[in-house]
Amino acid sequence: MKSLQKIDIVARDLSDEVQKSTYLSSKAKTEKRMAILQKDFPEANRLREIAGEIKQHTLEHLDQYLAQAEASLKANGAHVHFANDAESANATILKIMQENGAKRMVKSKSMVTEEIHLLPYLEKHGMEVVETDLGEFIIQIDDDHPSHIVTPIIHKNRKDIAKSFEREGLGDYNDDPETITRRARAFLRQKYLDADVGLTGGNFVSAESGRVSLVTNEGNARFSVAANRIHIAVVGIEKIIPKDRDFSLFLNLIARSATGQQLTVYNQFINGPRSPGQPHGPEQMHVVFLDNRRTEVLASECREILRCIRCGACLNVCPIFRQAGGHAYRSVYPGPVGAVLSPLLAGNRFPELADLPKASSLCGACNEVCPVNIPIPDLLLRLRDKAKREKATDAMKGTPSLGLWATLCSQPAMWKTALSMGHTMNYIPTELIPHPSARAWQHNRKLPKFQGGEFRKWFRNRPPSSK
Amino acid sequence: MSLLHTPPNRPAGKSIQLMTTCLCDAFYADVARATVEILEYLGCDIELPDGQTCCGQPAFNGGDWKSSRKVVRHTAKVFAGDKPIIVPSGSCAAMIFHGAPLAFEKESDIEEIQALAARTWELTDYIVNGLGIKEWPGKYEGLITVHRSCHLRGSNSGDAITTLMESIDGLELGAMDEKEQCCGFGGTFAVSFPNISKKMGDLKVENLTACKPDAIAAADMGCMMHFGGMMDKQGNKTNRLHVAQILRNSLQNAGLL
Ligand code: SF4
Repeated sequence: MKSLQKIDIVARDLSDEVQKSTYLSSKAKTEKRMAILQKDFPEANRLREIAGEIKQHTLEHLDQYLAQAEASLKANGAHVHFANDAESANATILKIMQENGAKRMVKSKSMVTEEIHLLPYLEKHGMEVVETDLGEFIIQIDDDHPSHIVTPIIHKNRKDIAKSFEREGLGDYNDDPETITRRARAFLRQKYLDADVGLTGGNFVSAESGRVSLVTNEGNARFSVAANRIHIAVVGIEKIIPKDRDFSLFLNLIARSATGQQLTVYNQFINGPRSPGQPHGPEQMHVVFLDNRRTEVLASECREILRCIRCGACLNVCPIFRQAGGHAYRSVYPGPVGAVLSPLLAGNRFPELADLPKASSLCGACNEVCPVNIPIPDLLLRLRDKAKREKATDAMKGTPSLGLWATLCSQPAMWKTALSMGHTMNYIPTELIPHPSARAWQHNRKLPKFQGGEFRKWFRNRPPSSK
Repeated sequence: MSLLHTPPNRPAGKSIQLMTTCLCDAFYADVARATVEILEYLGCDIELPDGQTCCGQPAFNGGDWKSSRKVVRHTAKVFAGDKPIIVPSGSCAAMIFHGAPLAFEKESDIEEIQALAARTWELTDYIVNGLGIKEWPGKYEGLITVHRSCHLRGSNSGDAITTLMESIDGLELGAMDEKEQCCGFGGTFAVSFPNISKKMGDLKVENLTACKPDAIAAADMGCMMHFGGMMDKQGNKTNRLHVAQILRNSLQNAGLL
C-alpha cells in the first residue's frame, strides 16, 4: 500500500502554519454557527429540512421556474442570457462589455466566475478586472486561488497579507488588520469610481419577481452595482427559488451557516436596471444563467448537491478539510461540497477528480450542518461506486481490493476456518487477517490480539444454567 | 433521506438475533460476551446465527458496492426471520439500516434488504428505546469519557448511551473538547489516507484523555481499534471499554451478575 492519495500527500506536506490557520478559523466558525442556529430556532433541524425540500422542489421543476424568472426579469427591464458552458458565458460577458465600449470592471466575489475562469479570459481580451472582496483582492494580487467558499483566504495569516501589500506598493509593512483594510479600501474606492461594469454573482433569484439577492459583509457588491452603467449578474441555474417569501428562510440560514451571523451585514435585492424615474443605478442589467453541466448533474444520482447555497458550513466541520486545506481539492469548490460537485462538473474528466469523494471518513458532520440538508456522505458513496465501476484508477489508490474478502464473508465455513486458526493468526502477516483495514495498520497503530473463535466457543459451551 | 436515520417501528421483542460483528468475532471476544450477558440479564432469549460473517461495510465504504452487496445478501440470508437484530456497534448497525438499502437502491431484491434494515438495532438504542430501560442498575466508580462515534449521528444511540451511563451509580462522565470530531478511522479511509487519519486520531486521543479519565468508552470497536491501536503504539495505557462492558461490569460490581 505504498501509493498515497493526492489529498493525503497535500496534508502531509502542508506547512504547520497554514494547517493551523485553516484549522483554527474553521473551528471558530463551527462553534459560533451551531450556537446561533440553536439559540434562535428551537427546531433548527426542521428548518434545514424545509429549506432542503424547497430547493429540491425547485430543482425538480427547474425548467418552469427558470422560464418564470426569465419572464419576470425581462418585465423588469433586465436582459437575460443563457450560457451552456464556460466559453459561452465568458463570451457573452465580453460581448456586453465590447458593445458598450467598457474597459474596466469591478467584481464582487463570485465562485461561479472562478468556475468559468472569467478573470483571465477578460484580461486576455484587454479588460481590467478588480476583485473587490478583501479576501479575493488579496488572492488576486497574490495570483492565488480561494481555499474556502466563504473565507477565501482561510489559509493565509495577516503577516502573509502584510507582505503582499508591501510588495504591491500599498504602503510599508504593517500587519494590523485595520490598517490593511483601510489601505485596501482606499485603493478600491478609486477603482469603483473608474469602472464601467460591475459584476456580481447572485445568492438567490426569485422566480416570482426576478429579484436577485446578494449578500456580503463588506458592502462591496453594493458598490460594484451602484456606481456603474452596467450590472452583470452571473448565476448558476440552480440558484432559483420560487417566491420572494422564500428569501426570509434562505437569508436566515445562509448567514448563520456561513459565519454564525443572524443576518449578513449587507442584503441587496435587485429588481432590474434603473427605471426612467430613478436618478441613480445602472442603466443596463444583464443576468447570465450558467448551466455548465448542471443539467447533467440534475439528471445524475447526485442531483441533491444542486441544492447547495454555498454557505461553507460543511467545510468548517469537515475534519479532512481542516487537516488538508481547500487547495488539496484541486478545484474551485473545496471540502465536502466540492468533493461531490467538482467531479460531477468535470464531465468526462471525471476520473481526474474521482479521488475527491474518497477524501472523507464519512463522519456525517457535513450532512448534519448543511442548511439544505444535503446527504453529502451518501453522494460521496455513490460517486465512489461510480469510480469503481468506471475503473477510475486514481480513486482506488490505497483501497484494498475487496473481492476476495467478499467471497470469504459469503462462505461461513471458510470464515470459521479463518477464525479457528486462533492464536496462530497473531503471527500471520497482516494482509491475511480477515479485515481489510488491518493492512496498512501497523505503521501508526498496534493491532489488537487476535481472539478469533473465542466468543463463539464461550457461547456454545456455557453451562445450561446461564443460558 | 438523511444520513443514518433510524428506521421507524422496529420490532422490540425479547427474542432476538445477535450480530456479533466481524471485529468482535476476530478481536474483541469479551465485548460480544458482555453484550450477551447484559441482554440475558434483561431477559432476552438470544439466537446467534452461525453463518454470520460481516455486515459488508468495508467494501461499501471503499466504493466496491458489488462486493458489498454480495456480503449483505449473505447476511440477509443468515439473519432470516422477523426477530429484532441487535448489533453492539453503531457503525455496523448503520450499515444494515442505512448503508445496505443505499447499496441496493437499483437492485431487484431491495425489499428483502429493507426488511432486514427495518428490524436492526444498535445495542444501546435497543435497550433504551426498544426495551424502555432508562436507568441502569449497578455501580461503577470512575470518570469516563465517551467517544461519540460518527455512525451514531442522527440516530437515537448517542442519547441512549448518555442516559444509561449517567444513571449508573458512581459513574461520572468527563467533559471533552470537540466531541463531534471524527476519530479518523472511516474503514478504508484510514488505509488510503494514513497521514490525515493519524492527525485526526491524535486529536481525538488528546481530547478524550485531557480530563485524565479512568476509562474511555465507545459503542464502536472500529473506532476503538483505530485510536486504541494508536494509544498502544504510543504506550498510552488509559483503559478502554465498550459500553456493553461498562454496563456488564457495573452489574457485576453490584453483585447483580
Ligand atoms: S453543501 Fe450544504 S453546508 Fe456545504 S456549502 Fe452547500 S449548503 Fe453549505
